Amino acid sequence: MQVERFLEDSASQRPDKVALVCGGRRFTYAELDLAANRLAHGLITAGLRRGDRVAIYLENSVEAVLGLFATLKAGGVFMVINPTTKADKLSFILNNSRAAVLLTDARRRPEVMKVAGRTPHTGVVVLAGHPESGLALDGKSVLAFEDLIGPERDDSKPASRSIDIDLAALIYTSGSTGTPKGVMLTHVNIVAAATSITTYLENVESDVILDVLPLSFDYGLYQVLMAFKVGATLVLERSFTYPHAVLETIVAEGVTGLPIVPTISAVLLQLDLRRYDLSRVRYVTNTAAALPTSHIVELRRLLPHAKIYSMYGLTECKRVSYLPPDQIDIRPTSVGKGMPNEEVYVVDEQGTCLPSGVGELVIRGSNVMKGYWEMPDETDRVLKPGPLPGERVLYSGDLFRIDEEGYLYFLGRKDDIIKTRGEKVSPREVENALYELPGVAEAAVVGVPDPVLGQAVKAVLTLREGVAITERDVLLHCAERLENFMVPKVVEFREALPRTSSGKIDKKTLHEAVTG
Amino acid sequence: MTESRFRSDIRAYVVENFLFGRGDELRDDDSFLESGLIDSTGVLGLVGYLETTFAIAVADEDLVPANLDSVVRVCQFVERKLQEQAAQRAG
Repeated sequence: MQVERFLEDSASQRPDKVALVCGGRRFTYAELDLAANRLAHGLITAGLRRGDRVAIYLENSVEAVLGLFATLKAGGVFMVINPTTKADKLSFILNNSRAAVLLTDARRRPEVMKVAGRTPHTGVVVLAGHPESGLALDGKSVLAFEDLIGPERDDSKPASRSIDIDLAALIYTSGSTGTPKGVMLTHVNIVAAATSITTYLENVESDVILDVLPLSFDYGLYQVLMAFKVGATLVLERSFTYPHAVLETIVAEGVTGLPIVPTISAVLLQLDLRRYDLSRVRYVTNTAAALPTSHIVELRRLLPHAKIYSMYGLTECKRVSYLPPDQIDIRPTSVGKGMPNEEVYVVDEQGTCLPSGVGELVIRGSNVMKGYWEMPDETDRVLKPGPLPGERVLYSGDLFRIDEEGYLYFLGRKDDIIKTRGEKVSPREVENALYELPGVAEAAVVGVPDPVLGQAVKAVLTLREGVAITERDVLLHCAERLENFMVPKVVEFREALPRTSSGKIDKKTLHEAVTG
Repeated sequence: MTESRFRSDIRAYVVENFLFGRGDELRDDDSFLESGLIDSTGVLGLVGYLETTFAIAVADEDLVPANLDSVVRVCQFVERKLQEQAAQRAG
């Protein structure tokens, strides 16, 4: 089965049901499906071939949702790029993936203008929003989104061009080398993960699922896929920035499913939640970083009727585990066990499976990615032969403790990747940005424990002699180059950094010094 | 529109806290939300600043874009809150 069937099947079974509530507008399944058909024809006419990549560089919006389903209908591979991505990384991703199409809007014009001259593979730019904010880009064909989905366009379902073992999506994630890697997900991978998750969350057609997480983050993306899979209603918000407005929406729409991350629960618990009628909320899910136990206790008190799911995931296989809600009071720090139709186990350094103890988490299942896009060496480091011929299992790089009953507890990373808000941050990528700041002599980036973020990004710098740079200069510099979640939370200036015997910066000692 | 007497203070706070001090490109009617300047934690920080600096009480239901999503809107919001509080005291 192909992922676009999530939308198509729901549209044929319940055409008039509201599929999406976004920006004060409501869209039925039939409306979305027909609009996605039109856009798919538009992409095919513009030259999109089977397997071509389409970069979706937009805020959470109906255009982004249509963009990903239209890409699949046209036989393409979608990539949702964080809308705060800056020009250098954007051009890296477009060139690394050789994306044929960039779907964006006028708000991202400054970054798109900067990359236009150095992204030769990307011949087509589809621009959402008002036509008067049009854009002329040398060597690129610029098409208006509104024009491509216009009522006079062909809204028939395009002939299917893909099979289920084809790629459906690339999701770029940080690598320890500092170079982003494209996680290759097939239709089989995505359908398997969405099926497992909707099974344990017991999602049904009557669910109304809130999504305030960016679609570039797989947790945000899957809310769309899962809602459409079961024929539920998705309430898509751009962010959780104005909590009262979001809470009003939750009440007004009768939201039943509330996916959060700890930064959201931290804000929720600062408000007087008793003033809102949240009685329809059936479940709350958390992933990215563990919910502090105090948050769990408070949420349980405020939403006594709701099930709270503590979960753990990796972009490379989407979700790894979930804690059955009846266990949350018993073992609040555990992320549970593998999800349905998936096997997870912990191995020691020799690769031997441990019944209990500490080791690296390994994942086996149809949800495991095909590898990193055109990076065979990186792929071989994490995908290793499994029990069956040709099968590969995922070595997560995450250290876990497994208890006698098989429950999992996250301990940390084997490499130096920082996990903050559930997004991976490569220290190298941040250090590379820091070294571009004139006056910086040395830069080392480490993750420090943070109760809400999981880890916070900390930069430790030494400066060239006579240079005066403030923390603000550093943050401004980083904010111009990195996605928001990669910008350091803390900057420390030092006279010198610890060294190893070979003269390299001693990250281990530094890490112990800043965290201990 | 006449310029608010609070504009420079509020603008300075936003530039200092959300733009790392560089505000030359920020227009007073730029949406914080659309420009990705601010997240929910930032909104609570802004509210704390308004409560302390202008001695206003900000309720949960005030945390909506109509009140807080640009320098202009924040200025109008503070003016309105101050007037409401003055009216309450007078009444």
